[in-house]
Amino acid sequence: MAKKETMTINMGPQHPSTHGVLQLVLELDGETVVNAVPHIGFLHRGVEKLAENRSYHRALPLTDRLDYLAPMSNNLGYVLTVEKLLGITDQIPERAKVVRVMMAELTRIKSHLVWLATHALDIGAMTVFLYCFREREQIMDMYEKLSGARMTSNYFRVGGLSLDLPEGFVDDVTSFIDDMPGHLDTYEGLLTGNKIWQKRTVGVAPISAEDAIDIGLTGPALRGSGVDWDLRRDNPYSGYEDYDFEVITRDGCDTFDRYKNRLDEMRESCKIIRQAVDKLQPGPILADVPDVCLPPKKDVVNSIEGLIHQFKIITEGFKPEPGEVYQGVEAPKGELGYYMISDGSANPFRMKIRPPSFVNLQALPKMVEGKLLADVIAAIGTLDIVLGEIDR
Amino acid sequence: MSQAVVAKLREAFSADVLDVKEYRGEVTVTVKKEEIVAICQFLKDEAGYNFLCDLCGVDYLGQQPRFMVVYNLYNITTKERLRVKVPVEEENPRVDTVSTVWSTANWPERECWDLMGISFNNHPDLRRILMAEGWVGHPLRKDYPLQGPDREPYQGRLS
Amino acid sequence: MGVTQGAEKASGAEYSKVLGNNVLTTSLDLVVNWSRSRSLWPMTFGLACCAIEMMATGAARFDLDRMGVLFRASPRQADVIIIAGTVTHKMLPVIKVVYEQMPEPKYVVAMGACASSGGVFDTYSVVQGIDQELPVDVYVPGCPPRPEALLYGLIKLQEKIMRERNTFGAAIGAGDVIPG
Repeated sequence: MAKKETMTINMGPQHPSTHGVLQLVLELDGETVVNAVPHIGFLHRGVEKLAENRSYHRALPLTDRLDYLAPMSNNLGYVLTVEKLLGITDQIPERAKVVRVMMAELTRIKSHLVWLATHALDIGAMTVFLYCFREREQIMDMYEKLSGARMTSNYFRVGGLSLDLPEGFVDDVTSFIDDMPGHLDTYEGLLTGNKIWQKRTVGVAPISAEDAIDIGLTGPALRGSGVDWDLRRDNPYSGYEDYDFEVITRDGCDTFDRYKNRLDEMRESCKIIRQAVDKLQPGPILADVPDVCLPPKKDVVNSIEGLIHQFKIITEGFKPEPGEVYQGVEAPKGELGYYMISDGSANPFRMKIRPPSFVNLQALPKMVEGKLLADVIAAIGTLDIVLGEIDR
Repeated sequence: MSQAVVAKLREAFSADVLDVKEYRGEVTVTVKKEEIVAICQFLKDEAGYNFLCDLCGVDYLGQQPRFMVVYNLYNITTKERLRVKVPVEEENPRVDTVSTVWSTANWPERECWDLMGISFNNHPDLRRILMAEGWVGHPLRKDYPLQGPDREPYQGRLS
Repeated sequence: MGVTQGAEKASGAEYSKVLGNNVLTTSLDLVVNWSRSRSLWPMTFGLACCAIEMMATGAARFDLDRMGVLFRASPRQADVIIIAGTVTHKMLPVIKVVYEQMPEPKYVVAMGACASSGGVFDTYSVVQGIDQELPVDVYVPGCPPRPEALLYGLIKLQEKIMRERNTFGAAIGAGDVIPG
């Protein structure tokens, strides 16, 4: 009997298809993966520790840099958690809530566009990458109009928003969501019926519903395994209960169904954004809680009281009473949770982030073991991981 | 709903439930660490908490016991949340692993070991996960300096 | 070429006599500099947020290709490494290996606040600026820098390469490059 040996190969952390600095050690028998061990932590920046050393307002920009493809979803989760900790959730003005939903959904489209671009690029479809980034640039322009930054927006504030919508912004959003379904059809035309795409995705990286729950998958990856769970509908926050949308679920458990899920989710996001635009009414954008909320910029630059107010909140911060809360939001990649403990001081005592990608990545070995080496790339793509939030 | 679960839990593990708190509509149950696996199994099988959202350690430096391990559970059927906490002493901090109950717990427990220095009995693969192999210390502990032990902390800023 | 072949056995000192500081050398330098600066092939080395802006720079709207900048996946084929993102102590050895694998001449662009100085992440795990370990040629500020900023940084690098002297001489083994 011939001696049977397996080969160990190293993939990453510098590898174009690992979506960042992920390292995979693969044990191969021929082209079949026997064992896959992910190594992470190459981007561990100490966000949780850093947040413990900053006041609540000043920890907000750190969340932009977690899942840097969906900064506003991270901001949203953070501000909702702090508001819950303070007990001011029901004082957030209606306009702020609607804008938050609108921007969170735009962010979802933005994040899914990068996912589709890179996923298709990895599997070999270059054109989709250029198309997706074209549409993404439009969202980046809106981000820039709104907050001044293309990626790290830092736009939401504890208690509301930092600024009101600029002039003409709603028209930009409307024209974007008018065009977006057509663009989605274009992507589908390039991929869905494509024989190569189907060969590379149908039946690839399967995971059953039981396994998916056991391993902790969330978001589109879980809904691709037929589990009908979406925090926007099931534990609504920021007024999501007033919107009419469908939770897209498919039970193929494979890469193709997860791909279709995300595309349909973008269509649903367009629907939600349209409803948000209709709901938008003039009104205040910050809650009336002077101890917590930063004053409007025009008060800060025009009156000494406003300046002192701003100075006091920035230097001293606010002090929530001791307690602990957990708040989860449906980020583009799954459940993004913040677990926050206050000890009555101006800094969070402990901020634990539950990043969706971190837990989703755990499913990778299960998805690829016994499968072909080439499918590993598809599996990494379909999990839609971002190392910034995995490593924090 | 959560209150009913807590009542059931008190009935089944009367000696092990140390404290029940409700804050901002969230229920936190503190239990003894010896029974954590049995309690988690009970919550999963009897109360339907089939999803472990998150697991983390908290360092209450200066208090006794020093550490807490926090389990955030979720019930996919009823959409309810529940938080379970176990106190862990400073000397030789160890808890039994719950990765036998939910496979999810594997990486968060490794992270808890890596950053907080709480070790897990019977864990299948307890290695550092975020820090490099051979890193000394557990950075998220309160007595670990933010900028690392080998750097002079920068004095010129507010926080 | 005739000069190169004829001088194969000559020593370094004789080289400088043959080539000297005459017109021929400067124009050859110019040719070398021109070709180097117009075909800067960076290594795709995305670390964090900045990598996404680097991708956006490479995509249709900003179009790096028009400047001769083509991303290469292998360090062996790359001229410049763009450190796009936060460098951690765990990642640093990998970056050093990749840098050593690149052939000379090689350039380093520190993209963004993290790569330049550590940025907001003044913590235990983050290297406070890649310039502690690698010789950085161009710093691009921003968190993350806009694609225009990265383009400007690469143009600055091209200008810097155009200012280099004795590049032809160094290529045939006579002396070292005098940096620009």
